[in-house]
Amino acid sequence: MEYELYPLGEDAVLIELGKEINLETHHWVQMITGLLEDNPPEWMIEFIPAFTTITIFYDPFKIIKAFKSNQLPYTYVCQQINFLFEQFNFDKSTQQRLVEIPVCYGGELGPDLDIVASVNQLTPEEVIQIHTSGDYIVYMIGFAPGFPYIGGMSEKIATPRKESPRLKIPERSVGIAGIQTGIYPIETPGGWQLIGRTPIRLFTPEANPPSLLRAGDKIKFTAISFEEYQALEKRIG
Amino acid sequence: MIIVKKAGLLTSIQDLGRRGFQKYGVIVSGAMDRLAHRVANLLVGNEEDLPTIEITLLGPTIEFQQDSLIAICGGDLSATINGKPIGLWRPILVKANSELKFGACKTGCRVYLAVAGGFTVPTVMNSKSTYLRAGIGGYEGRPLRTGDQLSVGKTGELSNRIMNQLSRFFTEDIVEEKWQVNPMRFFEMKRGQAIRVIKGRHFHLFSKESQDTFFQNDYTISNQSDRMGYRLKGKELILSEKEEMISEAVNFGTIQVPADGNPIILLADRQTTGGYPKIGQVASVDLSILAQAKPGDRIRFTEISFENAQFLYLKRERKIHELKLGIYLKYS
Repeated sequence: MEYELYPLGEDAVLIELGKEINLETHHWVQMITGLLEDNPPEWMIEFIPAFTTITIFYDPFKIIKAFKSNQLPYTYVCQQINFLFEQFNFDKSTQQRLVEIPVCYGGELGPDLDIVASVNQLTPEEVIQIHTSGDYIVYMIGFAPGFPYIGGMSEKIATPRKESPRLKIPERSVGIAGIQTGIYPIETPGGWQLIGRTPIRLFTPEANPPSLLRAGDKIKFTAISFEEYQALEKRIG
Repeated sequence: MIIVKKAGLLTSIQDLGRRGFQKYGVIVSGAMDRLAHRVANLLVGNEEDLPTIEITLLGPTIEFQQDSLIAICGGDLSATINGKPIGLWRPILVKANSELKFGACKTGCRVYLAVAGGFTVPTVMNSKSTYLRAGIGGYEGRPLRTGDQLSVGKTGELSNRIMNQLSRFFTEDIVEEKWQVNPMRFFEMKRGQAIRVIKGRHFHLFSKESQDTFFQNDYTISNQSDRMGYRLKGKELILSEKEEMISEAVNFGTIQVPADGNPIILLADRQTTGGYPKIGQVASVDLSILAQAKPGDRIRFTEISFENAQFLYLKRERKIHELKLGIYLKYS
């Protein structure tokens, strides 16, 4: 594994594991995520996994007090990271969860399904068929609480963003923007083409963890009817 | 209990932020001026991370229903209690039914009101700070409004000792402690001096001219600035080659440059990740000065090495630690 370390302010170190978004780099990010979750260093406050990087936040003053070291806390943290990675037996087969996300496509809940179909010269049914048959992976969570950056959508249904963004996109909407597909956990403005909506909540502040999805999850979209959607939404509340 | 009689422009409950949930896209939030927030808490005998009220430009009117030990730190918004001007950066004991008001903004733009015992609001994801955009935390996930009532937590032993000492002079409706913290002891810079910035990890991607511009020209804080970040206006900064950036973590004080060339300084309510090139990172010790700057203010950047910035960070922390010990000893 090759990596480079950079400071991100006085209390964070960014670990860069690759220069482009691909599955191999993602797997390294996932393995380090697993390592930090199973053996959190005592100087760590939290970490943020992203496409090609993991950033670890730490408390410089605590390091000085606890370890009575007279080197810079950043130098200490870098040494610890190098040591951790040398010791760790990276196993390429990380555990991946499969999360099924039921989606009611089209109609009121997916007002742009027909646009995605016509842009790609497909029928709405074909768009649903392609969207539900993809192998998706959550590369990272960011932008908004619980918002997954999902990779793996077929280019056959890629569609540019709307020219003028909607002021309000209802929570739990499933959309397409370029070659990406995503789900809006909370109501926000946005320019994505909306093809459906899931009855499942992606972000629940009272829950631990508050986010349904986490980086590294595999996703399977399944099509449900409007009646099933209503029944599920009612049950989830 | 305290009663908000007038809300002010943007008055919200904040603490030192929500940590541990950024990997789920949950932002840190918390006080913009963390130093003022921490000192205000220490002055009333609280732990540093208890919630305070963050007040912005136009202050609220607040009534204390019971005798309260308070401290007000940060900018000078002409605070008065029952019409009498009061000092900042010191413990103040106020009698029940006293009214705290703010007036003209003299310096800075954010003030922190700490009360001994802190404000009692639910803890959401390890923090009591208000995440305004998601409507989470603080007081019902929103800024304080006229008519809101906040209860105050149980005071600790240190707060009780400070109160006991001050109450010996409790013949009037306010007792101000005679000593005060001089905030300048925390700053290594004079007013008007440039904000110190560590080069960001994408600094070298900017054109030579933009690299020079960044450290030489003035920037104005635009009106589209808020707790999330300050948008700056000035000479545009361009990359020497167009480059596709990959989203990665950002931090308090990260300066990123979107395609239009106008830098944005990310602050307390920043998103967890960003996809624009990072030209710089404001040194932590200068973030309080930035948090007190307002739209229309002009700022300049000057370079500091990462090593020096982290050294100053530790020096600042030691001073806060000394203040904490000093207060403890003074009232023991």
